[in-house]
Amino acid sequence: MALPEIDFPFAPHRLSGVVYGCLLNHRPALEAIGEAANATPYKGAPKAPVLYVKPRNTLAGDGATVRVPAGTMALELGAALGLVIGRTACRVNEAQALEYVAGGCIVADVCVPHDSFYRPSVRLRARDGFCPIGPVVRRLSQPDALSVKVWVDGQLVHETTTGDRVRHAARLLADVSAFMTLSPGDVLMLGVSHGAPQIGADQSAAIEIDGLGRLALRFAAEEARA
Amino acid sequence: MKTARVAYAGAVHTATPHAQGLQLADGRVLAEDQVTWLAPFEVGTIIALGLNYADHVKELAKELTVTTKDEPLVFLKGPGSVVGHRGLTRRPEGVQFMHYECELAVVIGRTASKVKAANALAHVAGYTVCNDYAIRDYLENWYRPNLRVKNRDAGTVLGPWFVDAADVPDPHDLKLRTLVNGEIRQQGHTGNMVNDIPALIEYLSDFMTLCAGDVILTGTPEGVVNVNTGDEVVCEIDGIGRLINTIAGDAEFGVRA
Repeated sequence: MALPEIDFPFAPHRLSGVVYGCLLNHRPALEAIGEAANATPYKGAPKAPVLYVKPRNTLAGDGATVRVPAGTMALELGAALGLVIGRTACRVNEAQALEYVAGGCIVADVCVPHDSFYRPSVRLRARDGFCPIGPVVRRLSQPDALSVKVWVDGQLVHETTTGDRVRHAARLLADVSAFMTLSPGDVLMLGVSHGAPQIGADQSAAIEIDGLGRLALRFAAEEARA
Repeated sequence: MKTARVAYAGAVHTATPHAQGLQLADGRVLAEDQVTWLAPFEVGTIIALGLNYADHVKELAKELTVTTKDEPLVFLKGPGSVVGHRGLTRRPEGVQFMHYECELAVVIGRTASKVKAANALAHVAGYTVCNDYAIRDYLENWYRPNLRVKNRDAGTVLGPWFVDAADVPDPHDLKLRTLVNGEIRQQGHTGNMVNDIPALIEYLSDFMTLCAGDVILTGTPEGVVNVNTGDEVVCEIDGIGRLINTIAGDAEFGVRA
C-alpha cells in the first residue's frame, strides 16, 4: 500500500503515512450528543482530545474509489482539515504550536455510521481505503476559519467551516503533543464537521476546503469474493 | 532464528544472540548493554487487543460493561509510541496508576486480506515481546481505551528479539510473566487468549489488509500493578525473549513542574 500521490511543494515534501483523527471536536457534534454524554457509558464529556488512528491500509488519494461493504447501505463522509506536521512536535505550547505545522490538506475521513463512541470502532473506521487525502498540501495562514464544502453527485449538500471547534488548531496540537510526539509528515485532523453526509454505492462526492483544492471520490460496492 | 536491530558505533545493525550477549552481522561480539536496542523489525500498523485473556477480564470485571462474548476489543497505536529493549518510559509526576502489560506480539509477514483462521498462521512472520503500558488515571469512556492512556511516547516497548515463526511450534503454548524489580507480579499462558491468533487475523483481515511489519499485540493476562519511577520492569515470554524497561520520572525528560 503506497502513500497517495500528493502535491506538497515544501518541506517535508511527503506524508509519513501516520494519520490521527479527532472525534467530537466540532462543537455541534458534541452538542448533538447532549445530556447522553453525562450518562452511561460515557459518564461525562471528553476531557482530553478523543483521538483515533487511520492506519496505512486506509490511505488513498484524489480520485479514489471508496468501497461500501456488503450489508451497509451508506458510508459517512467526514470532511476534515488535516494539519500536516512540519517539525517534530513534542509538548509544544499553544502560542507556538502553528510553527510546527507545515501546511494543511483535505482529509476524507470515511466510516461506517455508528452512534456509540464507547469503544474504538476500528472495524468501522479502519477499513481499506477509508482515508483519502489530497490533492495538495498548502501553507495555512489561518486554519480556524476555512470554508468546508461537500458535494454529492454534483449537489452541494454540506457547508461548514473549520471553526467552532472544542479545540482550535493550535490548542489541539498543544494538547495532543503533551502526551504523544508528532513527526514531520504526520497528519492530525482538526476533527470532521458535524452532520456529515451519508453516501451509498454508485454515488460520487467531493470535498473542498478554502485554498486546499478539491478531493474527488467515487463510491462503489465492495466486490464479493469467492 | 532470532534477530535484533541495534544501533552501535554510528550504524544500525542486525544482531543475533551470542553467549556473551549479541553478535553483529559483521562478526563483532558485544555485551547487551553496549548497544542501543531498537524495535526488532520495521513497525507498520500497531493493532492492540484489550480484554483478550479470560483472567484479566475477570480482574477488571467491576469496571467493565462488556463481556468476552462481544466483538474483539481492538485499538490502534501510532509508531511514535515505540521504544526498544532497555529503554526508558516516562511516568508523569502525580499519576496514581501506571501499569505494564506483557503481551505476545505477532508480526505479519505476508499480506493478509480476508484470510480464514485455518490459513492465518501462514501470514505470520514471527513473534516478539511487547510491554504495552497504560496510565489509567487518564482513562475516559470515549473510544476507550483512549490514546492518552495507551499511545504515549515510549509506551509500546518491543523486543529484544524477533523470533521466526518457524521456531515457535505453538504460539498458544507459551508461559509469560512480568517481574518488577525482580519479583514476579504477572503470570499467564498464551493458551488462555479469548480470541486466539488465527481468529484475530481472520477478524482483522476481513476489514483491513494486513501488511508485512504490521503487528498484533494480543492482550495481557491478569496481574497488572502500579509501577513507580526507578522500577525495572521485565516482561518475559518463554522461548521469545526477556524485555527490560525502566520507569523514569519527569526530570529525566526535561519536564518541569
